[in-house]
Amino acid sequence: MEFSEHIKTANVEDVVLRQPLHPPSRGTLCITGHHLLFSDREEGSSRQLLLLLRNIDAVEKRISGSSGTITIKCKDMRVLHLDIPGMEQCLNIAHSIETLSCLDGVAAMYPFFYRPSDLSLQNQWGLSSTEKYYSQMKELHNRWRLSSVNRDYSVCPSYPPAVIIPQNTDDDMLKKVAKFRQGGRFPALCYYHRKNGMVILRSSQPLTGANRKRCREDEHLLQAVIDGSDKGYIIDTRSSQQAQQARMTGGGFESKSSYSHWKRLHRQMERGKALQESLIKLVEACGDESHNMDRWLSKLENSKWLSHVQTALSTAGLLAECVERDGHSVLVHGSEGTDSTLLISTLAQLIMDPCCRTLEGFLALLEREWVQAGHPFQQRCAHFAYSHARLQQESPVFLLMLDCVWQLWRQFPLALGFSEALLLRLATEAYASDYGTFLCNSHQERCALGVTENTHCLFQALLRPTERDYYSNPLYEPTELAIWPSVHPQSLQLWRGFFLRWTQQARQLEEAQEEIRNMVIEWGKMALS
Amino acid sequence: MSWCVLNHLSSLTCVENVRLLDRSSGQRKASTGTLYLSATHTIFVENNPETRKETWVLHSMVNSVERPPTIPAGSQLILHCKDFRVYQILIPQERDCLDVHTSLVRLSRPGKYSELYCLSFNPNVNKEDREESWNFIDLMTDYKRMGVPNNLWVATAANSEYRVCDTYPSELFVPKSATPAIIVGSSRFRSRGRFPALSYFHQDTLAAVCRCSQPLSGFSGRCQEDEMMLQAVMKSNPGSDFIYVVDTRPKLNAMANRAAGKGYENEDHYTNIKLQFIGIENIHVMRSSQQKIIDVGEMRSPSMTDFLWGLENSGWLKHIKAILDAGVFIARAVADEGVSVLVHCSDGWDRTAQACSVASILLNPFYRTIKGLMVLIERDWVSFGHKFSHRYAHLDGDPKEVSPVIDQFLECVWQLSEQFPCAFEFNERFLVAIHTHVYSCHFGTFLGNCQKERRDMRLRERSHSVWPQLWKDRAEYTNPLYKAELSQTQGVLRPNTTPYCFKMWKGLYNHMEKSTPPRQSPADFLSAVREESQQLEEELTNHQEVPPGGTAHHHLGSRQGIQHTKTPPVMTPL
Repeated sequence: MEFSEHIKTANVEDVVLRQPLHPPSRGTLCITGHHLLFSDREEGSSRQLLLLLRNIDAVEKRISGSSGTITIKCKDMRVLHLDIPGMEQCLNIAHSIETLSCLDGVAAMYPFFYRPSDLSLQNQWGLSSTEKYYSQMKELHNRWRLSSVNRDYSVCPSYPPAVIIPQNTDDDMLKKVAKFRQGGRFPALCYYHRKNGMVILRSSQPLTGANRKRCREDEHLLQAVIDGSDKGYIIDTRSSQQAQQARMTGGGFESKSSYSHWKRLHRQMERGKALQESLIKLVEACGDESHNMDRWLSKLENSKWLSHVQTALSTAGLLAECVERDGHSVLVHGSEGTDSTLLISTLAQLIMDPCCRTLEGFLALLEREWVQAGHPFQQRCAHFAYSHARLQQESPVFLLMLDCVWQLWRQFPLALGFSEALLLRLATEAYASDYGTFLCNSHQERCALGVTENTHCLFQALLRPTERDYYSNPLYEPTELAIWPSVHPQSLQLWRGFFLRWTQQARQLEEAQEEIRNMVIEWGKMALS
Repeated sequence: MSWCVLNHLSSLTCVENVRLLDRSSGQRKASTGTLYLSATHTIFVENNPETRKETWVLHSMVNSVERPPTIPAGSQLILHCKDFRVYQILIPQERDCLDVHTSLVRLSRPGKYSELYCLSFNPNVNKEDREESWNFIDLMTDYKRMGVPNNLWVATAANSEYRVCDTYPSELFVPKSATPAIIVGSSRFRSRGRFPALSYFHQDTLAAVCRCSQPLSGFSGRCQEDEMMLQAVMKSNPGSDFIYVVDTRPKLNAMANRAAGKGYENEDHYTNIKLQFIGIENIHVMRSSQQKIIDVGEMRSPSMTDFLWGLENSGWLKHIKAILDAGVFIARAVADEGVSVLVHCSDGWDRTAQACSVASILLNPFYRTIKGLMVLIERDWVSFGHKFSHRYAHLDGDPKEVSPVIDQFLECVWQLSEQFPCAFEFNERFLVAIHTHVYSCHFGTFLGNCQKERRDMRLRERSHSVWPQLWKDRAEYTNPLYKAELSQTQGVLRPNTTPYCFKMWKGLYNHMEKSTPPRQSPADFLSAVREESQQLEEELTNHQEVPPGGTAHHHLGSRQGIQHTKTPPVMTPL
């Protein structure tokens, strides 16, 4: 496919760019296959704007007389205005942006063309994998094994090739269990708690259906998990009513009679479209300039975003409590097991495990729990909150996770090894990226397209010496203790760094972070002198 | 009930087997111990022989004592304190409970000043120290710092004996062209005689912030001297040919006042003024709004919806925003337009104090320092006759006079410090400490309702000023991120007052966070590291001075000391 067929006008002179936190500037606008480029024509000024077209969520055009204004709303919450002379040019540019910003073919996306000089495609791709995790966790080896039953993705298309399962469960059993779980997502280990040997597993819902079908192999597998212990917990991220209703469409839950040693806990978490609508409402509220306090508070409340943050953190807290305080293993699932399941297992690991709280540890956690565990990034992050396109599979689960991590970071500013800047960067990259990490919906799809061979890995790029400092927390002081978040409404705040990131206020908070960094560096020097 | 006498306290009621629950700190389980009632404090001593933890509550900090119905375990009392702490007390015998209740109600509502802690309690401090404490903040130095007196603004002796206005200070600055006749004439036309006087002079633009009370204009009244006074204010700013008159009330309220012979300036009578209404609500609205936000803070386990709905319904943040907006308007006029502003409300001692002091904070970095905020409160609040004793219920009096006026000012400062984390020399604790002392009557600073009253009470001889005490503890109140050379620290502060910039001030209204297992605070961490690096530096200096033989020993000794404090990862041992 040729990008050029979508570009009728590639260059426009004398365009005025208006963007937040900058004075308007006049210069040349240029559209390429993947970018919108603006360069200031003022003598001596080298201000440029290079915007990935993929980052554009919505384009609005307004023609008046012989010129027009294009308003560009980005997936990173930036809103830009371009005043373009010439009606035809304006319409051409708008058309190009509209088309190129949402082309479907993954193989034509920018990560396949991005070739920075300090990264090589020969580099190892990624930081972590199931195999690596298994080999690091020696304690696991006598009761758990690494299975390659999914090596050709035939058992579960959204799982990676390797999975960790109980030692005495063979691959044939697994195949049967997979048939009993939605999308083949059988229970697999995702976390081993070194302090007490308890584990977290995740899966999708069992397909018990209306006539309460059972699966001996599934029951056997779960029995093997708690072998030697009195019971385990199942955290179902749906309400019990929702779980009941799911039976009508072939889904279901683990009944008490068939899984006698497992205690089910239901916590209703918002998902899918409702979550996307919540984000849309919040973003709309943040853009309201009316200066009316009542309206703001009621819009904030009405968006329900902070309620979702609260529910996610408290459910993750519950999961961590079961494992750390109560000393039991837990299976987590909702329906598909690719969204809220990953959200709370990630947060629970951050709460309990100091290894996940370093910069590398956190990125490795995201790689295992989101990228490899099959969170469908391409579907979920196709659009942000501005798009006029009809909602399909979009849902900001990953963003909600980052928001929750930010709440943890704010409540425990010394306990996490990474900075707010990292969370902001990840939030941007998930929606539009130079890197291949968040492309596609599953490991299988990425393999088919040769993502690891033909694109660069974001996580590795973030760990380059040049970037590393910026994404590290200067105040980091590792602690072995669990970090229990407060979920009291007063303890949870709007993530200003993200939702208000293009306002002056965010700049001042950034300046404060910069100041902290400088102080610590200065003291470090002093201590070494 | 048994009576006993402790050597340092006079008569003391004491009840045993009392259970106390500090509800505001999120304490879940009540502790058992003995309750003592002294002349000044309620004291609770835990029975646990290992901790013997003591809780002291000053009687003047008690806002109300509630007596819920008796339960089988005993009779209950709930103490609501003025710093928003809540103590729940369970007393086994109903008669004891009644006695304690009666005593507490009486003790927490003293009838006269002499019963207050700062006047009844005489620490062993000599006369010189006490006098010194009152000289710690000197307003004349502050006026000098802002370049006053000068050829535009001069001191007036008109009120030296409080004859023109008994709620104003004796030392005041007025426009150079304002003669005593104009001052006296203008004061007669202003509510309570509070004529226009200088609050803040902005040297960069020569524009000034002045304050007064509402004119007694009614529907058509006018006063030539008052008109000349406003003219004089304008003439004292060579850069501008008009002044803003900021009426901080909602316009409707101001209009209603006309029926009572008061009101606002008629733009037809005063030449060269621009009238601006801001719409800060009156003390009664604020009182009930604060009660609502206290209730929000005390909710047990609210859902996010309950919380946000409660926050909205209280209207509190809306009021805070209105006050900040008033300050922003004044600061912009003075700094950006170079136009002087005359601020008033009704009597000019509540909303006017709020608006003027917020404007000063925004206009001048000095007021964002520890000393500067003390000076500002001493000037715009204490000296200009903010009615501390009435507003903060120091004595048993009219409950309709009570209102959280300075609470709102302190909260505005807090909201600003959240928006500009590097701009303020002090931290949240400093603001909370000031808040506590406004209510506590621990010091004489905030007693009474105006300067004259304080002078008549001879407070300088009988009590101490709070400021030197706070200054002594300044290490605890310092914001480690404050750096004088940062851009947000210098010049005029231009805050964003979009609603999303405002948050509930958890540190004041909810003590929950403070006592749950040590929350990590970057500021505390930085302070600790700063202290430590200062030690290191000193050590380094000493190191160079110590003769070779003594080095090793000295070095070892102080390093052990350092290891007790927190060390960031970069500061591995030398």
